[in-house]
Amino acid sequence: MKTDISQAGNKLLDHSTIVLFSIILITFSVLSPQFFSLQNFINVLIQASSLAIVATGMTFVLLTAGIDLSVGSIMFVAGVVSGKMVDSGTSLGVACLVVVGVGIGYGLLNAIFIYRFKVIPFIVTLATLYVGRGFGLYLSDTRAINLPENFLSIGSARLLGIPFPIIVLGVVVTVAHLVLTRTVFGRQVYAVGNHAEKARKAGLKVNRILLSVYVICGCCAAIGGLVAMAQLGAISPSFGSQSEFMAIAAAVLGGTSLFGGKGQVFPGTLIGAITIQALQSGLVIVNADPYLYPLITGSVIFLIVLIDSFRHKEQIRRRRIKKVA
Amino acid sequence: MLLELNDITKKFGEAEVLKGINLPLEAGEIRGLVGENGAGKSTTMNILGGIHPPSSGSMRLNGAVFAPQSPTDSLAAGIAFIHQELNLFPNLSILENLFLSHFPQKKILGIPVIDRQAARQQAQKLLQQVALDLNPATLVEELTPAQRQLLEIAKALSANPRIIIFDEPTTSLTSHETRKLFDLMARLKADNIAMIYISHNLQDVMHLCDHISVLRDGRLISDYNQAAGYHLPTIINDMVGRDIEQFFPDRNTAPGTETLLEVKSMHAEGVVHDISFTVKKKEILGFYGLVGAGRSEMARIIYGLDAFASGALYWKQQPISAPTPARWINKRVAFLTEDRREEGLLLAQPIGKNIALASLRRFVQSPLRWVARQPLQAAVSEQAEATKIKYHSLTTQPVATLSGGNQQKVVLAKWLMTKPELLIMDEPTKGIDINAKHEIYKLIHQLTEQGAGVLLISSEIEELLGLCDRILVMKQGRISAGFSKAEFDRSALLEAALHTEKQGSL
Repeated sequence: MKTDISQAGNKLLDHSTIVLFSIILITFSVLSPQFFSLQNFINVLIQASSLAIVATGMTFVLLTAGIDLSVGSIMFVAGVVSGKMVDSGTSLGVACLVVVGVGIGYGLLNAIFIYRFKVIPFIVTLATLYVGRGFGLYLSDTRAINLPENFLSIGSARLLGIPFPIIVLGVVVTVAHLVLTRTVFGRQVYAVGNHAEKARKAGLKVNRILLSVYVICGCCAAIGGLVAMAQLGAISPSFGSQSEFMAIAAAVLGGTSLFGGKGQVFPGTLIGAITIQALQSGLVIVNADPYLYPLITGSVIFLIVLIDSFRHKEQIRRRRIKKVA
Repeated sequence: MLLELNDITKKFGEAEVLKGINLPLEAGEIRGLVGENGAGKSTTMNILGGIHPPSSGSMRLNGAVFAPQSPTDSLAAGIAFIHQELNLFPNLSILENLFLSHFPQKKILGIPVIDRQAARQQAQKLLQQVALDLNPATLVEELTPAQRQLLEIAKALSANPRIIIFDEPTTSLTSHETRKLFDLMARLKADNIAMIYISHNLQDVMHLCDHISVLRDGRLISDYNQAAGYHLPTIINDMVGRDIEQFFPDRNTAPGTETLLEVKSMHAEGVVHDISFTVKKKEILGFYGLVGAGRSEMARIIYGLDAFASGALYWKQQPISAPTPARWINKRVAFLTEDRREEGLLLAQPIGKNIALASLRRFVQSPLRWVARQPLQAAVSEQAEATKIKYHSLTTQPVATLSGGNQQKVVLAKWLMTKPELLIMDEPTKGIDINAKHEIYKLIHQLTEQGAGVLLISSEIEELLGLCDRILVMKQGRISAGFSKAEFDRSALLEAALHTEKQGSL
């Protein structure tokens, strides 16, 4: 009987992502019939797309046991640069390419400090978080940049009836998933995350892999920023701030381990991001006190991290017993 | 001649580690490489494996000059290196571990992706070669140490090597698994693959190898071949450079009558069952068994590192209801764990700090509980001397820079400094050289002379026979037999440890 319960507990831990997702879905559906509608689900998905794209890039970094705290600043800097360019008459297409370029450049900068100068990722990206935010504020004179109408029109555009942000999300997640599961690079990312030194001994080009994940993360952050800009129509001085937190939470909620080597973009990180967005949308729909949002979201994130550590303890314990049996 | 090392030297900074090594290797030959830790075996093999370049000297492979710049170069030249610490990724599958650096690929829309079907077929073939009957999609974290060892060999075979270097491949294997490994090596030999076999287990080396090269202090001391016959004492002599007149020191004490530790019917589901025994003052109680028989797990439970379901523990007749390491340390019971690097040491910290760690409590001054530095440091250096650790600085040199034997002495020094009344030791001499072993044995004896008891878990029968007053054998989580000193018998011990129900497969 006791083992039945602990087995059920293990199962619950293994599937905590789906369990939490269902709890949030069911809770809000019960509280408000408005929440449980196709239109609302589509809205949640659209609103989640920016976060999910940023979190997808973050997943690559977390898989190597690294961290990128600068994603919010990447979104901001890329947004400001492109916003200024569009303002001065540059075409939308070029501006979008510049956004991605800034993201890649930013990621490259992070990567160079991390693998070339051997500074730990936490410190490097904490520094570039502040430097980037400062640079963006300087460029924008700390004023909000209003984007032209045509920028907003991308946000509400549809292709074959599918909203544009969802298409971008679909493409990013599909590509990321295939890269991680089907390519040599993807599998090597998991190896590096498990043990970088062993990976080096196994003949993997660890530096190149580390560089790539930070570039991928920067690129995803910029694309995620673009999607958010197209929905908001303006870039406020706080645009993207604290995105790093949400992105890490989404990835970890989706089963990606902060210790590296474990996790996946699909379904993991995607569901993680949707869960967080569903929680926030749900709070709005049930008219919760806005001052409570950070408290509730924060508590859920804390719960997620707690579950992550439990999951690890369980794994370690189960392994030991298996050795004997 | 397949491979030739000519006058290879290697300097690390000022230290000359290799002083001119000459080594020949023929195709289809197994050459044993023996020597104490620090004799230069690993360095020699690291040069061959492309991990370090030599300071001077040259290598010839098939007559051509061979100067690898990286492990990849060596592998490409047909030299596979199976390190003592396996280079596997537990979070990846068997298949992925096999092909991590050279996946078979195909192109979809011009983009290179992993050809999973081809990989699977090749993986199955490789697994067959090493007689590993597992699904290639299995995660490595689910494999036993022996299966992992075989996987590592399969990985080496995937590069079609002409030379395979084995560094201590049997330390985590049971005797049955070791035999399977030797069978596999015989098959590889028949395929004309040359092998270099590094091991501290001289019996194995003599049984297995066509030639044995003995290294000492960075020099090749002697070279023997099987045809001419091996003589164990001569080899040991060459290794240590002096006679070990007596490998196991004499005991001057006999077990006392006062019981220190008593374990009664200890049970933990799926781990240990109905474990009962006592350890007396001045007694050395040995625990023999196969890897995975539950000995380490039992020690961890006693020490409060893992939970148990039922049973009782007594320390000097007093029941211990909830054991924790801190409580045991207070009662002067110490536990030297099997995995010294992960569990016994702060590798990046200086030697002195490591030694002081468990005794800090004895050196605190009330009321602010500050550590009294001077007396502590004095006690630490005294202990380091007594334990004969070779170091240049206690305060600045990290433990990680020491050899395995000296690292183990640091762990031992840490516990001896707590003046233990009972010392639980789990594989204290695993992977360390003969001299260090001998010194550790002497320290164990000194400890019992001072009145302490020792619970010694070991997989080396010799060690247990040479040291213990009594030996208990564990099998599948149970104590299957007990022997007093008069009844010590190597084959009886082994028999009690082996799985009797699968007579057919042995």
